[in-house]
Amino acid sequence: MLEKTGVPDPEQVKDITPTEERLQKGPVVIVECFQNIPCDPCRHACRQGAIKEFEDINDLPEVDHELCNGCGLCISECPGLAIFVIDATYSEEEGLVKMPYEYLPLPEENEEVTGTDTEGRPVCSARVIKVQNTKTLDRTPVVTLAVPKQHLMKVRSFVRKGGE
Amino acid sequence: MTSLQKPEIAIVGGGPAGLSAALSAVRQGAEVMLIDRDPALGGQLVKQTHMFFGSRKEYAAIRGIDIPGKLVAALEEEGAEKFKPLLDTAVLGYYDDGVILAYKEEEQAMLIKPQKTIIATGAAEKMLPFPGNDLPGVYGAGAVQTLMNVYGIKPGTRVLMVGAGNIGLIVSYQLLQAGVEVAAIIEGAPKIGGYLVHATKVRRAGIPIKTSHTIKEAYGKDSVEGALICSLDENWCAIPGSDLDMKVDVICLAVGLTPQTELLWQAGCEQKYIPELGGYVPLRNEKMQTSLPDLYIAGDMACIEEAGSAMVEGKIAGLYAAADLGYDEKVEEHCHSYCRELEELRAGPTGAKIRQGLSRLNGGV
Repeated sequence: MLEKTGVPDPEQVKDITPTEERLQKGPVVIVECFQNIPCDPCRHACRQGAIKEFEDINDLPEVDHELCNGCGLCISECPGLAIFVIDATYSEEEGLVKMPYEYLPLPEENEEVTGTDTEGRPVCSARVIKVQNTKTLDRTPVVTLAVPKQHLMKVRSFVRKGGE
Repeated sequence: MTSLQKPEIAIVGGGPAGLSAALSAVRQGAEVMLIDRDPALGGQLVKQTHMFFGSRKEYAAIRGIDIPGKLVAALEEEGAEKFKPLLDTAVLGYYDDGVILAYKEEEQAMLIKPQKTIIATGAAEKMLPFPGNDLPGVYGAGAVQTLMNVYGIKPGTRVLMVGAGNIGLIVSYQLLQAGVEVAAIIEGAPKIGGYLVHATKVRRAGIPIKTSHTIKEAYGKDSVEGALICSLDENWCAIPGSDLDMKVDVICLAVGLTPQTELLWQAGCEQKYIPELGGYVPLRNEKMQTSLPDLYIAGDMACIEEAGSAMVEGKIAGLYAAADLGYDEKVEEHCHSYCRELEELRAGPTGAKIRQGLSRLNGGV
């Protein structure tokens, strides 16, 4: 399916989703990398040792969610823009999704946007909490969205209301 | 005609492979003349605004556009006096006495007789035959990238991308970043050819990827106004009644690359047709040396692959071209590390085609 359409299968996503118990402890990384390609910047970016050392540069990143503290340093380091951080503990109703976002103009903090899924379809209304665009991020800004908790594993991008 | 120039090593092509070859040779102590037809070094890297994959040694997670600067800075640090770039200069011919004929924009033709030559001329885009493919608005993906990323010009307003290899996927993403709509990416094969993370990135932005689809024709009065596409069955035959009319003003072709080996034909190198490597490619040994001992190769001209591998091949070619001139300090050691790196980059499933092609080139079936 993924190879035909570019959309990851629910099964694949399930395999990389942290346990409910881990999600309740705070922010944690979601690495949506499903193909063995020669690439390993994520593991060099991780200072917690949560992304295990590769034996072969073609290995898939293997994440120990218990070691991950959700710092998000890996997000802008991933050339495939396949890394997200989710935080299910943000508030009673909402969780946070941190994502790479390489489009201009960048959204404003507190802006209402439409959260979209892996096919670009609208999922829910979302609020921009933070826009990081430091020199270290090297032109891959990281946007944090607040979304209803049930959509944490759904929302992977967004569109600005009233056009791009 | 100016007098005959005699550098120790001449490198034709200043892309990732040529620049890496230059750095490797200069580090060994050799004197290098790097010839490129463009006004700036970097080859296709100057258009690659996305981050690279591969290994950290080969600039993974660094944007392609930032790599030439890093390589040139390293070259200047290693020995600016040994490195002579010759820009805006097209190499027109290679004669069998080892003389290169080059022409610099608005100057004279020049003759260069290096002791060793490394050819790193890269690749050319393939074309797809279909009615209307000569209409204005039908572009190669490289041209779209040049327009947008070098000159800041949008190629149009709504694009049909043909080809879901890495180039088709990346250029679609860059079109979106430039604010151009991409109607769809179509791919004749039943599977996406490029890295799937590139595919998920454009899917997430809402661009459909239609595998087992091809373009039947482009239409329009003075320029492209639309395209007819259709589905393909497992034998790559059009499925009757599956035609779809797409209103687009740009059709972008990203249907593969083929090595630019013209200089090697002129030189009389032995070549072999290896589809997995992109077409006719020169025979070479593990030193990246061709059937002519003074001629080395590297990069997409040697086999169509990623820039990371092109850079490692460049290092190997530069190392041995220098070593053959007597600059042979720690050759074994360097070679061992480069060869291992190349092996690692090609070890995974995405390297299978390259491994098979190289094995066929070396006499296997």
